Amino acid sequence: MNIHEYQAKAILREFGVPVPDGHVCYNSAGAREWAKRLGEGPWVVKAQIHAGGRGKGGGVKLARSADEVRLISREMLGMTLRTHQTGPEGKLVTRVLVENGCNIASELYVSLVVDRGTSKVTVMASTEGGMDIEEVAAKTPEKIFTETIDPLVGLTAFQCRKIAFSLGLGGKLVGKAVAVLQGLYKTFISCDCSMLEINPLVITSEENLICLDAKFGFDDNAVFRHPKLSDMRDYDEEDANEVEASQHDLSYISLTGNIGCLVNGAGLAMATMDIIKHYGGDPANFLDVGGGATIERVTEAFKLILSDKNVKGILVNIFGGIMKCDIIATGVVEAAKQVSLQVPLVVRLEGTNVARGKEILAESGLNIVAADGMADAAQKIVAAVEGGSI
Amino acid sequence: MSIMINKNTRVITQGITGATGLFHAQGAREYGTLMVGGVTPGKGGTVIDGFPVFDTVKDAVEKTGATASVIYVPPPFAADSIMEAVDAGIELVCCITEGIPVLDMVKVKQYMKGRKTRLVGPNCPGVITPGECKIGIMPGYIHKAGKVGVVSRSGTLTYEAVWQLTCLGLGQSTCVGIGGDPVNGTNHLDVLRLFEADPDTEAVIMIGEIGGTSEEDAARFVKEHMTKPVAAYIAGLTAPPGKRMGHAGAIISGGKGTAAEKVAILKECGISVAASPAEMAQALLKIYKP
Repeated sequence: MNIHEYQAKAILREFGVPVPDGHVCYNSAGAREWAKRLGEGPWVVKAQIHAGGRGKGGGVKLARSADEVRLISREMLGMTLRTHQTGPEGKLVTRVLVENGCNIASELYVSLVVDRGTSKVTVMASTEGGMDIEEVAAKTPEKIFTETIDPLVGLTAFQCRKIAFSLGLGGKLVGKAVAVLQGLYKTFISCDCSMLEINPLVITSEENLICLDAKFGFDDNAVFRHPKLSDMRDYDEEDANEVEASQHDLSYISLTGNIGCLVNGAGLAMATMDIIKHYGGDPANFLDVGGGATIERVTEAFKLILSDKNVKGILVNIFGGIMKCDIIATGVVEAAKQVSLQVPLVVRLEGTNVARGKEILAESGLNIVAADGMADAAQKIVAAVEGGSI
Repeated sequence: MSIMINKNTRVITQGITGATGLFHAQGAREYGTLMVGGVTPGKGGTVIDGFPVFDTVKDAVEKTGATASVIYVPPPFAADSIMEAVDAGIELVCCITEGIPVLDMVKVKQYMKGRKTRLVGPNCPGVITPGECKIGIMPGYIHKAGKVGVVSRSGTLTYEAVWQLTCLGLGQSTCVGIGGDPVNGTNHLDVLRLFEADPDTEAVIMIGEIGGTSEEDAARFVKEHMTKPVAAYIAGLTAPPGKRMGHAGAIISGGKGTAAEKVAILKECGISVAASPAEMAQALLKIYKP
């Protein structure tokens, strides 16, 4: 789950981490009023969408007067912002963040992640603030400093000082850096983050540290213990089909191809996409119906797949273990009837009660092509979609 | 012979009075596993379908002599259950539960340091030594006793590999599902070490997927230390970056953990990599003569 920048900054503020004073606004008159309340200016007006790269797309602008805040907000609200992360279709801007500007002396980078290698949280810092960290890691890895955090002790002051000195900080800034880093770690743990990135962390000409941007990634498995965070979810920023899928306990990701996939198990679902590609086709989605799929869930899965207008055929690949093939077959037949399926359907069943499952498909009177094994299934659906028939 | 478990392994089920726990305890018992009881706090002293129930893992271990435990406890409480089993001195803990918060697992890993327990999972199908002992949710009948070891992050994809082997008449020594989470107890490398040391495992199929570096680490071990042939398949060649593909750990982040990168390293290390998931057993037969 992702959140907006203004929400991220509100969370940081709550944990005592310094961020610029600012407020989210939904219309230009409100933006002007908030600018006046915030201070004397200058202000920064920032379009609130989940994608990065907003500055280059015209989504971050400096305003010298409250009237200018109003004008800029009027332009931004309702515009479709295109960045390298939104794709060519862009994102509609429905809210802006108006905040006080600051005097930037230099920019740093700080992030926290759960490191799979050490099974611990790691803090990463760099002098190259404002840059893409992957690029820094590739070109100048010596400019990145990391500390691994003991989960039972937490991020210690000496570790923070080590980072501060590595970044070339001195004087009062060292103590301020310790406070910021420990505040970020506290936020990370308290909110069950999977990632927290401050880019840039700014040193102001008044020798203060302040988080100019903030990006959170939350652990989906832990959202249950943070009801306040789930309220921040903005469904407009997510793929409509993926939201719909999650409401039916289906794991679904839309892709750009034309062969819909319905599979049990995440690994097998990925492998099914791969084998379609292997035989020259192009998968339209990742879809894991899970271990306990019912007729209702299979039907919902079919509806989801077919709501993608690019889909020209469907491949069902089930390895029934606990899940019995006859149940799945009944579900597929039922679903195909309910959605009055018009595209070719290839079904590969294996596992418990497979013979009965295949009988049910054959007896259904529907145009369902049975396949033996994954290779056969993939070849059949690719041929059907390319040739228009099987 | 086998790794981790055999016909003498005595197993308890944590969360045995839940529908899932009981269903799979019964299935394992039917398969022939020594399922000696279960744990549900507050229900100690009762018996469910012939299984004695205990309040604590410590009680269960003392009364039944269990050395292995399987966990079907819901995600908010599963990390605590793992630590309880570790504290009771259980040798092998298989955690089937999917959806445990990753920071809970970070704590569990630190708690386990210096203790003898091996954790398999979470978010995994479990471990099976065909014909002897089944701990977990895999369908027993697709397996056949034999000499090929299987290790995988994915459940159904493991079944696929096992089924391909069984159809070719190749049995399995032990099959281990290490689970799809980013922080887990046992990785590919740990299992390869055990297979290398097991006299009755002759060859190995390793199944991986996008995300992390577990497969790469294992590949370097194969190159430097392994005498037995290893075949592999990596899922997710077509997975887009930045999207979590079902498993919490299956995500390409910052351009790292792509399938193509993994396949290249595996090949460099002398592993026979299957071009498609339909060819896992054949990829093994290219380098292994049973």
